[in-house]
Amino acid sequence: MTVSSPVQPAPEPAPDAAPPRLEETPVRMRLGNRPASYFAKVWAVARKDLRAELRAKESFSTMVTFGALAVLVFGLAFDLRVPEAKMVAPGVLWVVILFTGVLGMNRSFGAEVDRGSLAALLLAPVDRSALYFGKVIANTLFLLATELLILPVMLVILDINVLQPWILVGVFLGTLGYVCVGTLFGALTVGSRARESMLPILLLPVMVPVFMAGVGLTASVLDGREVADFQRWLWILVAYDLVFVTVAFMVFDLIWEEV
Amino acid sequence: MSTLAAKRPIPHGPGHIFLLVLNVATVVAMAVLMWGAFIYARPAANLHGDEQIAQRIFYIHMGCNFGALAGYLVSLLGSLGYLLTRNLDWDRVTQSAIEVGTICGLGTVITGVFWAKPTWNTYWTWDPRLTTTTITILLYIAYLLFRNGIDNRITRARFGSIYALVAFLSLPLTFYSARWFRSIHPVVFDGNGNPDGQGGFLIGPTMGHTVGMAAIAFSLLFSSLMLYRWRQLRLEDRIHELREEVE
Repeated sequence: MTVSSPVQPAPEPAPDAAPPRLEETPVRMRLGNRPASYFAKVWAVARKDLRAELRAKESFSTMVTFGALAVLVFGLAFDLRVPEAKMVAPGVLWVVILFTGVLGMNRSFGAEVDRGSLAALLLAPVDRSALYFGKVIANTLFLLATELLILPVMLVILDINVLQPWILVGVFLGTLGYVCVGTLFGALTVGSRARESMLPILLLPVMVPVFMAGVGLTASVLDGREVADFQRWLWILVAYDLVFVTVAFMVFDLIWEEV
Repeated sequence: MSTLAAKRPIPHGPGHIFLLVLNVATVVAMAVLMWGAFIYARPAANLHGDEQIAQRIFYIHMGCNFGALAGYLVSLLGSLGYLLTRNLDWDRVTQSAIEVGTICGLGTVITGVFWAKPTWNTYWTWDPRLTTTTITILLYIAYLLFRNGIDNRITRARFGSIYALVAFLSLPLTFYSARWFRSIHPVVFDGNGNPDGQGGFLIGPTMGHTVGMAAIAFSLLFSSLMLYRWRQLRLEDRIHELREEVE
């Protein structure tokens, strides 16, 4: 697989002219033949984000605070009218995950733009898909770490034991699919005028399968159903993850063609 | 300005005559559809009172649905076409198809809401088809908002196509996950019928003909609206180009 050099000396093309094709670009780079070198690059990108996050704790602290606040607000909102917190807990869990995740996904490429490091990142001699997977790994870890703190908050506020194995599996699969799409859309929206508000609008309708499968799964587990009753939700989540990892991998190369 | 225009003739897209014929055909087909829906089609045998009167909205409901479906399928072609050929005409196909398809989709939902109140005794329900249709409309409204936020014409086309593609791929999963919530939508063309469906009815010959008319009329309506919008977008880009040249 070859990639174009991120910086092309292309003048602004006329709207109807085809943009420069990949074959004409002067610099070519071969992806390392061994998968290990590819994974090393992916990990380098992920480690860069993890290190920046560990030092600044910029998006993690925001996400955790927002998530805990959201659980509290939902708890308050439903306290008077809902007889059992169990009835709303699945919905609360997944709404909180979706809204918290958007914050992190916005920062993922948004921080690169704000720090002025996006061009440097794109200049890195790695395949664009390695950037994507590196970002996916970092975002998944941030979101999982956030959820790990939000779940106990739910346990306390709503008095519901959401720390059950199948719920955790569902949360993991859902988070993976969410981050796969969210990172792709985060890259798409980073250059648009209203980036902070555009991402949730793009992301939420596409996340409906994950949301419904997650709510269905969590509700079934909380009702004490057998695995056979809710395994179709798990399959939906697995299918979603596989479809969108593949799609994102294929289209991610197309995002930065003329920076 | 006039010299510039003389140097490069403004592209007209599909010929004026063709558009004119298409317009007349659309008007005639829509008029015939109205006649079919209100006079020609027999009332549904198993429905009574308000339900029977409301059932006639079905022809418009189905017709709008054809338009929305056509729009979203054409948008898939348009976005794939743009990503493969990088010809902005394909991007304009995507945009015009989505705009017209979204109007038809809104028509489907609104007529459905009117039909649902007398039949299901509720305006809204989380039926899979209803859920999927509404989410689809929101997806494509998001597409239109997203496009408008990007200044560079080429970037707008590319990002729009990527989003339209990814959005379309999420729809089957949305439908299947929505399906496992309870369903009361009548499955009119299933043959076996939907045992839980309320307000379902059997299609008689006159009703079948009218559904055919709806399919033809709304396909024509969709095509003419889309072609006009496509041509308008093309001219808009041309004006933009000429203005940049002048400045």
